[in-house]
Amino acid sequence: MGKTLAEKILSNKSQTDVRAGDIAIAWVDLAFAQDTTGPLTINEFESSFNSLADKDRTVLFLDHAAPSPNCQLSTDHILLRNFAKKTGCLLSDVGEGICHQIVAESMARPGDVIIGADSHTVTAGGLGVFATGMGSSDVAVAMAMGKTWFRVPESVKVIVSGNFQKGVFAKDLILHLIGLIGADGATYQSLEFAGDTIDRMSISERLTVANMSVEAGAKAGLFAADETTRDYLTKQGRSGDYQPISPDADAEYVKTIIIDASTLEPTVSQPHTVDNTALARELKGVRIHQVLIGTCTNGRIEDLAVATSMLKGKKSHPETRLIIAPASRNILLQAIKAGYIQTLVEAGAIILPPGCGACLGLHQGVLGDSEACLSTANRNFKGRMGNPKGFIYLGSPAAAAATAITGEITDPREVL
Amino acid sequence: MLKGKAFKFGDNISTDHIVPGRLAHLRSNLPELAKHVLEDADPTFATRVKAGDFVVGGSNFGLGSSREHAPLVIKMAGVSAILAKSVARIFFRNAINLGLPVLVCDTDKIDDGDTIEVDMEAGTIQDITNGNKVSFKPIPPFMSAILAEGGLIPYIKKYGDFKL
Repeated sequence: MGKTLAEKILSNKSQTDVRAGDIAIAWVDLAFAQDTTGPLTINEFESSFNSLADKDRTVLFLDHAAPSPNCQLSTDHILLRNFAKKTGCLLSDVGEGICHQIVAESMARPGDVIIGADSHTVTAGGLGVFATGMGSSDVAVAMAMGKTWFRVPESVKVIVSGNFQKGVFAKDLILHLIGLIGADGATYQSLEFAGDTIDRMSISERLTVANMSVEAGAKAGLFAADETTRDYLTKQGRSGDYQPISPDADAEYVKTIIIDASTLEPTVSQPHTVDNTALARELKGVRIHQVLIGTCTNGRIEDLAVATSMLKGKKSHPETRLIIAPASRNILLQAIKAGYIQTLVEAGAIILPPGCGACLGLHQGVLGDSEACLSTANRNFKGRMGNPKGFIYLGSPAAAAATAITGEITDPREVL
Repeated sequence: MLKGKAFKFGDNISTDHIVPGRLAHLRSNLPELAKHVLEDADPTFATRVKAGDFVVGGSNFGLGSSREHAPLVIKMAGVSAILAKSVARIFFRNAINLGLPVLVCDTDKIDDGDTIEVDMEAGTIQDITNGNKVSFKPIPPFMSAILAEGGLIPYIKKYGDFKL
């Protein structure tokens, strides 16, 4: 019997033949933490260990409070910077961008095992990486020992075929899937994506889908590494990091879900759970006070390109704040070069530095009581954007741009 | 035998309900952060919970972030175990890594405010107030070994490695 992507990667990295349900002790190719989980990780590491297994494959990202809004978080940043200086591990300082984006751009290699003290570590699954979020204790141990344990997950195969209609994007696909199977529909399992729609997807789109696999409870969201992956890594100057990886044809799946991409419509998650989905057109008239385009889900150059094309020559609604946060410094630079930033600012946008702050309610873009936001992020839990009295809707960058123009939830096909 | 009062919560209690991102500045001041435990689900919980009590959730308890602070502040509140119909993966692993038991069982049989008794050996939970008895799913052996040592760091300190 053949192997799923999860079984293949974890067998390889544990040097054993493991199957779903087995425990694997696997080598970790990259272990990281960010500024809100890093201090606890470092405290746990220093309580018990003296040295890093591999300083060049250990990273601390300062991205959640970037730049820091208060003295406590600034002091946490000092702790992380000092640890990096002391140990020689990599540091991605304020302004570089969101950990998951930088891991994709510069660090993730197909076939790797990556663990991060951040639940959206699954993002790198878009590049054929077994990547998953863990807590500070697990990451501290992996930093010290270079390995961790996994229960090899059962896999669900998601086969997507057909072409998206105009105005429908990868984000709509993953929101639709989560609505279909629920916020715990893939708990402890790996979602493995296949089909002609997936084969045609750019890496940016694959990262969007992989990023949100955790919102269905999944341990990983995995894509084969193919020619598209090779082209992406080559463009990043990392052609040597490429290796093809795909599941065996006779791999065993606990379930297969078939989705016809051509039937999908722009989809929106309503407060306060991601699986509470509706079609954008069904929510027409819902007043939106703030639109956020960015985050590790949809803050890439392709996302900004869609938003820019829709907002060009238009103005955001006078009673709707339009906030844009490119996911990394590289993306911000590309957006400046392409003229997107000029167009977006002319359309009324507020540009934030690359980072996570607005998405998790840490700073910049905190909602007021009873305010509603349409965000391109991955989570709409109560209190997520800094106020339990706020309401968060999730959608694609196109739905976000359309909504910014009208001030109410809008199907992007009305504006495109 | 663990004995205490049940504090019931609904389905999908997220890590943002337990320790929201807006309190990220308190994460290096754990005693202060712990005063806000589960604040966005029940603002009165932190002042009512006593050592030995239980957090009783519905399905998909602890979904969301990987922040280990979520089970950590629940543990700091003195909670002896979390009971839920189902648990999100990262939260489950984090709680066990901190030595905090998470027991998967039919929590519909337990009422808010009831006194309950957990027999970790027998795998049963007795609701003394309403008379219901439920059994919980055994914790997988590998995690059980970590829990037995009081968490992952003490486990690694003791064995020096993962023991299959």
